[in-house]
Amino acid sequence: MKYLQDIGSYFLMLKKVFGSFTKTSVLKHLIFKEINDLIIGSLGIVAFISFFVGGVVAIQTALNMDNPLIPKSLIGFATRQSVILEFAPTFISIIMAGKVGSFITSSIGSMRVTEQIDALEVMGINSLNYLVFPKIVALMFYPFVIVIAMFLGILGGWVAGVYGGFSSSTAFISGLQDSFIPYQLFYAFFKTFVFAFILATVPSWQGFYMKGGALEVGKASTNSFVWTSVLIIAANYIITQLLLS
Amino acid sequence: MIKVEDVHKNLGGEEILKGITTEFERGKTNLIIGQSGSGKTVFLKCLIGLFKPEQGKIYYEDKAIQDMDDEQQRKLREEIGMLFQGGALFDSMNIEENVMFPLRMFTKQNKTDMLARVNEVLKRVNLEHVNKKFPAEISGGMQKRVSIARAIVNKPKYLFCDEPNSGLDPKTATLIDTLIQEITHEYNITTIVVTHDMNSVMEIGEKVVLLKHGKLVWQGTNQEIFKTDNEDVTNFVYSSDLFKKIREVQLKEG
Repeated sequence: MKYLQDIGSYFLMLKKVFGSFTKTSVLKHLIFKEINDLIIGSLGIVAFISFFVGGVVAIQTALNMDNPLIPKSLIGFATRQSVILEFAPTFISIIMAGKVGSFITSSIGSMRVTEQIDALEVMGINSLNYLVFPKIVALMFYPFVIVIAMFLGILGGWVAGVYGGFSSSTAFISGLQDSFIPYQLFYAFFKTFVFAFILATVPSWQGFYMKGGALEVGKASTNSFVWTSVLIIAANYIITQLLLS
Repeated sequence: MIKVEDVHKNLGGEEILKGITTEFERGKTNLIIGQSGSGKTVFLKCLIGLFKPEQGKIYYEDKAIQDMDDEQQRKLREEIGMLFQGGALFDSMNIEENVMFPLRMFTKQNKTDMLARVNEVLKRVNLEHVNKKFPAEISGGMQKRVSIARAIVNKPKYLFCDEPNSGLDPKTATLIDTLIQEITHEYNITTIVVTHDMNSVMEIGEKVVLLKHGKLVWQGTNQEIFKTDNEDVTNFVYSSDLFKKIREVQLKEG
């Protein structure tokens, strides 16, 4: 019963987010601030993880190729497929659920605890639009983060494959270009947009409707990570089933 | 003026406010007092429209808040200034931005005019040279003063204060009380202060409303409160040793 209430409350929140808009000049400032906090602020960790996981994918693929008849270009092919289809959109989104999701929940939750949200409401401001809408807009730039993750993941695979002595550069690049299906990029970016929406709204809901004090802010941040990750994984399965099978 | 007619409010299946009727006059500091759990904060939240009463009406001048559409309520809220218990300053903004916030949201003034008004109200609350500091960098008393500055910057008609003295030392508490009263008279606004601090009652209670278990049990001025024989008032006012002794002296002196 509580889950149904929560789902209902989440959709009611979405309705309020898109109602009674904040003054444009203020909203513009908030959106730029959120882009800086949520997108630019995540680039470092995303770049680091993407490069090294891409490298690990290439090494793992190479080490599991026992049959000498399998061409070395498969390392590039496997790296590309893993990075574009799953690692960059899904794995990075789970990491973002921890980084960005916890940040969103704790910042909104702290505002709730310290009556800052009440202050907005008393002033006649639609607090959900003021707080959540800029985050949704900012995270619509999230696919750019994923593009960087894809590029660095593949670069990491190339570095590990070539400089680790598992493949030649030519074979790796040949594998990258082999059987490329542009539709798979559409699939990857479609789900990236869905994950971005989940990343912006689920942690916001957790923070906005939390009750209690500082301890509950911590609990809400943990719940936020758990539920955002669960929803990303579930959405990933559904989208894959619908678009690829 | 704010007029309250038979306001009832339930929370979690329990009746918190049980039919409150009173009036809060313009240009006066109106105090809502009562023990913890008496319904003061719920009443305040009903007054400012954060809670909707199940029954009864709250009139701002001659218009009931319940009969206003969303746009009218939004307009009304632009005329309300609120001082929260903890200050409720925005952590991510410096003092200047905090005070400027209502101007940025509701006026079309240019930045120079807004800045001039911000400096004017900060000076009025005796706070200068803190414009670029963040709320975490100033004391609790200063935060309350910034919060007052933010509440009055857009020249509100109504000022609500939720326990403005909580967590402050007696000297700073007196300073905040005095400031609230001065601003009330200076701007001729309707001020409502929720408190359980008897010092505030003595200093600024031009009208005092006592709540007990969600009911209004007494109302009058801070002068009348020490003369009344109402049992609920005497139980509340003379619950501290200091006031008990004052009472004894008063009775001895006739």
